[in-house]
Amino acid sequence: MPTITTTKKQAVVDHHGSLGSRVFDTLNVVVLAGLALITVLPLLYVLAGSFAGEAEISSRPFFLWPERFVTESYAYIFATDAFLRALLTTVVVTAVGMVVQVLLTFTMAYPLAKRYLPGRVLVLNLVIFTLVFSGGMIPTYLVVRDLGLLDSYWALILPLAINPFYLIIVKSFFQELPQAIEEAARIDGCNEMGVFFRIVLPLSKPIIATFSLFYAVGIWNDYMSPLLYISDPQKWTLQVLVRQLTQTDAASALSQMDRTWVPPEQGLKFAVVVIATLPILFFYPFLQKHFSKGVLIGGVKE
Amino acid sequence: MATDLVPPPPTKAAPKAKRGAGKVPLRAALLRYRWLYLMLIPGLVYFALFKYLPMYGVTIAFQDFLPFLGYSGSPWVGFKHFQELFSGPDFGRLMFNTLFLALLHILIVFPAPIVVALLLNELRLNVLKRSVQSLIYIPHFLSWTIVASLTYLLFAADFGVLSGWMRDLLGDTAKIDYMAQEEWFRPLVILQQLWKQTGWGTIIYLAALAGVDPNLYEAARMDGAGRFRQLWHVTLPAIRPTVVVMAILSSGNLLDSGFEQIWLMTTSLNRSVADVFDTYVYYTGITQGAISYSTAVGLFKGVAGVLLIFGSNWLAKRLGQRGLF
Repeated sequence: MPTITTTKKQAVVDHHGSLGSRVFDTLNVVVLAGLALITVLPLLYVLAGSFAGEAEISSRPFFLWPERFVTESYAYIFATDAFLRALLTTVVVTAVGMVVQVLLTFTMAYPLAKRYLPGRVLVLNLVIFTLVFSGGMIPTYLVVRDLGLLDSYWALILPLAINPFYLIIVKSFFQELPQAIEEAARIDGCNEMGVFFRIVLPLSKPIIATFSLFYAVGIWNDYMSPLLYISDPQKWTLQVLVRQLTQTDAASALSQMDRTWVPPEQGLKFAVVVIATLPILFFYPFLQKHFSKGVLIGGVKE
Repeated sequence: MATDLVPPPPTKAAPKAKRGAGKVPLRAALLRYRWLYLMLIPGLVYFALFKYLPMYGVTIAFQDFLPFLGYSGSPWVGFKHFQELFSGPDFGRLMFNTLFLALLHILIVFPAPIVVALLLNELRLNVLKRSVQSLIYIPHFLSWTIVASLTYLLFAADFGVLSGWMRDLLGDTAKIDYMAQEEWFRPLVILQQLWKQTGWGTIIYLAALAGVDPNLYEAARMDGAGRFRQLWHVTLPAIRPTVVVMAILSSGNLLDSGFEQIWLMTTSLNRSVADVFDTYVYYTGITQGAISYSTAVGLFKGVAGVLLIFGSNWLAKRLGQRGLF
């Protein structure tokens, strides 16, 4: 038993001994482990199902390991134009969108971080107001339509170009940066744009990485924008395809298919969910490393 | 959506810069800070186009909007569309469905991360704590489309997991498509929200818990407090401000059921319980083309949201808590 308690954890240790306390601890571990299990089991089931045959999917209600390992679902889905097109579209839109979003957000956040800039408070308040009130779905739709962006990939990017929350967080981050380096660059004859691109951005690499990922996940996962703005099936994104495949008739979603190849109807649903989830899980460790910062720094209140 | 990122305890303000502290004439300021203003322009254009133009666009809620006449040319009709909404056959059902979901959210989904954060905070084994955290944060990053698809794979008729279990364990061969059942709509929606957001929601509370002064526990222990008393007298008061802020923020979303989730869970068979304001705006505006009417519905929802957030902020202050603003 520690005698000097410096952290909370140690302070609690002294009550470790009592029976009730130990029972609680055991129950707590069981409950939390169960929670973690409930979280991942559906994902593991889908992964297992994507490698199982049609017969196995319909006969076994739940399994985490297929009896017979088949890759037919993946083979089929990767042979369809509709899927490949959706995948390519989503990758490109996500990549381009992420760059646009990060660029716009960081360029706007920088001047807003300068407390001496006249008019700054007004702009900040205008930004914060958009968190409280928005014109809503239909007026935004009309703006997108009037800009001629319907059925354009830009409709998936531009209306979401700056997330006001992220903007405010980045602004707060810039305010915390040491001003001395910036001053030195200014004295050396750099203008503000030069300071921003040559001094500030290189100092901000971790936070750029954080928000690139957050923005990328946002676009990758977006279902509402394509639903609202994209009507051409040729321009479907992966999320739309996932919806079409799982909750409607799978075969019709991949219409122009080879008729001689009978699609693995159920397996397709599992496979497409896995494919749409995989990139997120791949980047998850990076997301996790950074997101606590993203959540905890910054503040709306000034 | 707005509660994804949450204002933390206010950060310490950086020392005020000395440069140009006094009043500068506008033209001199524009010249002096031209680069900074230049950098503001793209962002300002974005907010003007995609945030403030739609706000101006809500005026069509008071018009009979005709696209070829535009915002200025369409005839004004006052509150006609609002009257139509409030006296129409859909309003009661929409309000009931929306508030029912909101109530379930407040009672079940809102407290869940607080409870889980408290449990995590009591875990002694740091490895275990971190592993559990890593796993329960994952669903936050998955799309609603994925969540809906998972729900479908687990609860749909022909090959869903639940149907399979009913068949194998109970010999019940009736194929029930749970996603099409009215009575299953709300439980499934709440289950989805719990699965997707509980883990992520703990972060903000865990941060508040980490900030508790260890000396307080020490002092409580000296006074003979057991673990439960410590929880009651030290831990809970410490996270109360965070809970209040989160409650205020989510109160603004009371009528906001989450468009994507509800839309993806709505089928032709469960519309009577699934229709909420968010999806109703889509059906009437985009599907049926009732532009002005659907804008009025959206505006009603938006204004109610503003009133709710200011109202609960006022209430929190009246009750002696620190508000959000």
